Amino acid sequence: MKFIDEYRDPEAAKRYSELIHNITTKKWNIMEVCGGQTHAIVKFGIDELLPKGINLIHGPGCPVCVTSLELIDKSIEIASREEVIFCSFGDMLRVPGSKKDLLQVKAEGGDVRMTYSPLDSLKIAKDNPDKEIVFFAVGFETTAPANAMAVYQAKVQGIENFSILVSHVLVPPAMEAILSSKHNLVQGFLAAGHVCAVMGYNEYFPLAEKYKVPIVVTGFEPLDILQGIYMCIKQLEEGRHEVENQYSRVVNKEGNSTAMEIINRVFKIGSRKWRGIGEIQDSGLVLQDEYINYDASLKFGLADMVVEEPKECISGLILQGLKKPFECEAFAKICTPERPLGATMVSSEGACAAYYRYRKK
Amino acid sequence: MGSSFHSEQKTDFTLQCPIPINEYPNILLAHGGGGKLMHNLIEKMFSAAFSNEILQQDHDSAQLTLPSGKIAFTTDSYVVQPLFFPGGDIGSLAINGTVNDLAMSGAKPLYLSLGLIIEEGFAMSELWKVVQSLANAAKIAGVKIATGDTKVVERGKGDGIFINTSGIGIIEHSMAISPKSIREGDVIILNGDLGRHGIAIMAEREGLQFEHKILSDCAPLNGIVKKIIESGIDVHCMRDLTRGGLSSTLNELAGSSPAEITIDESLIPVHEDVRGACEILGFDPMYVANEGKFIVVVNPKDAEKCLSIMKGDEQGKDSVIIGSITGKSEQIVKLKSKIGTMRILDMLSGEQLPRIC
Repeated sequence: MKFIDEYRDPEAAKRYSELIHNITTKKWNIMEVCGGQTHAIVKFGIDELLPKGINLIHGPGCPVCVTSLELIDKSIEIASREEVIFCSFGDMLRVPGSKKDLLQVKAEGGDVRMTYSPLDSLKIAKDNPDKEIVFFAVGFETTAPANAMAVYQAKVQGIENFSILVSHVLVPPAMEAILSSKHNLVQGFLAAGHVCAVMGYNEYFPLAEKYKVPIVVTGFEPLDILQGIYMCIKQLEEGRHEVENQYSRVVNKEGNSTAMEIINRVFKIGSRKWRGIGEIQDSGLVLQDEYINYDASLKFGLADMVVEEPKECISGLILQGLKKPFECEAFAKICTPERPLGATMVSSEGACAAYYRYRKK
Repeated sequence: MGSSFHSEQKTDFTLQCPIPINEYPNILLAHGGGGKLMHNLIEKMFSAAFSNEILQQDHDSAQLTLPSGKIAFTTDSYVVQPLFFPGGDIGSLAINGTVNDLAMSGAKPLYLSLGLIIEEGFAMSELWKVVQSLANAAKIAGVKIATGDTKVVERGKGDGIFINTSGIGIIEHSMAISPKSIREGDVIILNGDLGRHGIAIMAEREGLQFEHKILSDCAPLNGIVKKIIESGIDVHCMRDLTRGGLSSTLNELAGSSPAEITIDESLIPVHEDVRGACEILGFDPMYVANEGKFIVVVNPKDAEKCLSIMKGDEQGKDSVIIGSITGKSEQIVKLKSKIGTMRILDMLSGEQLPRIC
């Protein structure tokens, strides 16, 4: 298939693997930030092609995984109401809250629908004026433009029975939280290519400078990832700490100005609780005051709801790269994709789920 | 109507419904109530469409004369939405699904039962389309509807129409076709590309548009299986790849055999459009449903012969060898990825859900 097979060519993968072996003289810890990259690494067995001393740490870039238990419980509370049609991207439906997940709410009679775009939810709102339509606005900077557009359109068209449960998270603050932790192991980053397609990569220069860490904007196909790893190791070996762009066929430095404009119009930066990590200041998006009527959390009186996370799950340590899934007592024993204890086992992009699916021992 | 039905009926639905639609444009509860309306429906629509000597016996149960020996018996229920999709509909699915289950034991499918659960208000014209499709698929597969039942449920308590078919077939060979017969070294052959049915349904259900319409692969496999069996090939196991796709089927076989199965991803055919849809939705074609695909596990000495026989059949022209049984001590499916690394191909936990990004 065009634009796919070129980036999965086994011969080219082998050559990159050799190149990486040739330049590597030390052990390095490199974090791939995005869950899509983690998925590709495990699915294609990319880590098998690397020298022993290269340790890939799976970062917090899976939006499903990092959405706080509190927000999941809020979604379940809202979706259970009779007057509500609750719309969500598919993989949020199976994420366990404290007691159940959205698929269970559906089985119990809740109107929970899987949508592919927030604009589809807006159409449902138009078609069902006697219902309240709530869209679960999950994701990083990648899904923010479309979610912002849905809210913007709702206001322009005067649609009042529509709101979003905002769970947006931002990548650079999470990277900074990891780098500033006293347990930090990460020496280089593969930045999330699609986040950068929206936001550009100007935000990363201060991070690379402050923490002396190379950051390579990287794509999602096997050859993208191998090339990103090569560029990152090359910098580490040469003692450089620059921001480089491997994914230049998609990403430019300035980002997508139209997308950023709609994000900034509808959202502003605010604090956000990350599942398994805790609250990180200025790490999320919240609605601007002008759009506050579209905030489902306020609309349904759930702004003060607080939920604590279970103690036995170490997904926080996994998201920070301090532990591997195999090192968890619960992994593949009491914690499986059918009965996940924590976030990283839920989404197919989650590190634990990816290991379970492709590496179960 | 009865005798001329089969010759006129192809896949178009232009034939006029034998129950004038202006009389009852929709199914009423009374159509399943045992009275005149029900008899009218059975006589005018079902008997006309499925006409054969067994139905004409007009008993509470069909009386069948079967050759002596082993009989294969299976049942399946069909609840698909949408009822009509590119490449098929619930009617063709209900026949082919059960025919294929019989064929996988190497049986020759002969008779099917047909249970219809229809929702009150279901359009008579739609029912007629389904019935014609059932009759047409049965004709193509060479099976007879030997007995049937109709129930009507209140509006809101069904999803248009549900169908159950059970089937019996005769086993004329003496091979033990089962996961237990799988041996180390056996070769696995797949009869074509993966994922058409699942993506066709998904595209229709979610209103996804593609450059070319992806058609379901819904088809009967008893013809191709008959050729394999009659050629004297040493078949150890066969399995059709329905829900859960190739991956689930291989994992089931690995578990019940038990066996270590190794396949090569680069050998597995997936149509461009299906791949594209899967890339967009975050699906893996290995897990997407098929309705006309199966794998054959054969003695390695017969692998090439089996492959060439399969390629000679319409339902197997794109057949390929995808892997082999590489051990008997572990229950595991291994996949050699496109870039040459090895990984586990696991069974899916729940439904495949589209990913966020």
